[in-house]
Amino acid sequence: MAGPGDLLDVDRVSLRLSGRKILDDVTFSLGPGEFAGLIGSNGAGKTTLLRVILGLQAPSAGTVRVAGQPRTRRGSLIGYVPQKILLDPDMPLRARDLVGLGLDGQRLGIPLPSARRRRLVDEMLDAVGADRFGDTRVGLLSGGEQQRVLIAHALISRPRLLLLDEPLANLDIASEQDVVELLGRVAREQQIAVLISAHDMNPLLPFMDRIVYMAAGRAASGTTAEVVRPEVLSALYGQHVDVIRVHDRILVVAGRGAELAGAEGLAVPSATPVIHEDA
Amino acid sequence: MLHAIFEPGFFSSGPVHVALAAGGVVALVSGIVGSFTVIRGQSYAGHALADISVTGGSASFLVGISPLWGFVGVGVLAAGVMDTIGIQRPRGRDLATGIVRGAGLGLAALFLYWDTTHSNVTGATITILFGSLFTISSSILPAIVALSVAAVAIVAVLYRPLLLSTVAADLAAARGVSVRLVGLLSLTAIALAVSLSAMTIGTILSTALLIGPAAIGLRLSSRPGLAMAWSALAGLAATWLGVLLAYDSFYWPPARHGWPVSFFVVTLIFVAYVAVQGFTTRVRRA
Repeated sequence: MAGPGDLLDVDRVSLRLSGRKILDDVTFSLGPGEFAGLIGSNGAGKTTLLRVILGLQAPSAGTVRVAGQPRTRRGSLIGYVPQKILLDPDMPLRARDLVGLGLDGQRLGIPLPSARRRRLVDEMLDAVGADRFGDTRVGLLSGGEQQRVLIAHALISRPRLLLLDEPLANLDIASEQDVVELLGRVAREQQIAVLISAHDMNPLLPFMDRIVYMAAGRAASGTTAEVVRPEVLSALYGQHVDVIRVHDRILVVAGRGAELAGAEGLAVPSATPVIHEDA
Repeated sequence: MLHAIFEPGFFSSGPVHVALAAGGVVALVSGIVGSFTVIRGQSYAGHALADISVTGGSASFLVGISPLWGFVGVGVLAAGVMDTIGIQRPRGRDLATGIVRGAGLGLAALFLYWDTTHSNVTGATITILFGSLFTISSSILPAIVALSVAAVAIVAVLYRPLLLSTVAADLAAARGVSVRLVGLLSLTAIALAVSLSAMTIGTILSTALLIGPAAIGLRLSSRPGLAMAWSALAGLAATWLGVLLAYDSFYWPPARHGWPVSFFVVTLIFVAYVAVQGFTTRVRRA
């Protein structure tokens, strides 16, 4: 499956932490311009997999290559957007300062102001639609605005791979749509691979080139049509699940008695939005 | 007119020169390091380090060295112990700080007792707790400057990684920053800053010089660098004005003995903070 042009190649990655299997033989790859969703419920192993790809956590077995590079010296190749940041509104850090830290935040010493630096930051704020609040303190921005600034922070160093940990959590539906559209555009235009983790696949469906579906540390990858099928997902969960399509949405439902997927005790993604959908 | 502000002898007094120099340098350090302390949410750690430096100060009187070395030695040691116990974990932070602070103050109680009962040092407790800006020996001035340069150098070198790991530790770690090392070094810088201000305005009040000007700075600017500059300036102004008022107060009631300089410095910072807070709130609403 892995080709020479792949930007991300995850090959048979497993991780055991204190006897528990967190990741179990995960394999998939992403090419340039590909926009992929890493889908699974809480505890499926999404964040751990992202940490392994970032190089923050060494796998027990298997390899991860980013643009052909092994674990060391991966930093500048990956742009990363963490799940949430907690910044006090009083913190003296403007959106443009945070984007600027994306350029050279790991370097020592105080950055010297330069016209080139300012232009790069302006361009990037513009590209993610954050130019309006470039001079506002990050702590004063809304969740959707902070997300844009963090994406600009991740993109400014021109990474080949962009990883986002639950960027849609805590966003209202309109900002959700905006952020997903922005990321799809970035993947196409800059020909980078984008991997975005989410517990609900539905907001990503119109844009996703590839889905990496995780359950209990295992993963299945391919197009949505290939992966989101009862046979594939039942094998992943180790129990029977049904896949139901309602309007343009997909519901993954536990087998017995057609309970809704969000039901307690079943490791399947939340499907709560569907309940409120117009008939 | 000028005589009403600067009482006779202010500019020719040796102790005043030393007080202005030492107090000024220390205020600049506290303002800069304090900004990072506030931004990183480590005010309690800073406060605890100030408390713990009482241990070093009181021990130094027993062994007969300058309290500066006691403050600095114990402060830096405590920063290391706090890091080892786990101050880098959000949930371990208050615990680590509290445990080390408690242990340090226990020793301080013992040393202060010995200071006042077994040795012949008079006023040791007052000096340690409330500072002694006018009695700083000019021979210790080079050491104060050197330690100040070290503290500012730490935060200047780590400026970007410190900001980045404050936004999100993972963000910094993903770029290859050693978040643990950055945390330990910044805590060391805080320890140095509070130890130095323990010399000038005393251990009890050194937190005020660490936190107050920083709070003023981040009200005045949204830029990290500029907020630090305002903070340093506010600390410096409060200290110098405090020295002047303390000098003048030798001519004031009730006893014509002079009021403590620490009182003036801390009160000026507080008044400035309230003024800036009121002003910026009004500007933002308008």
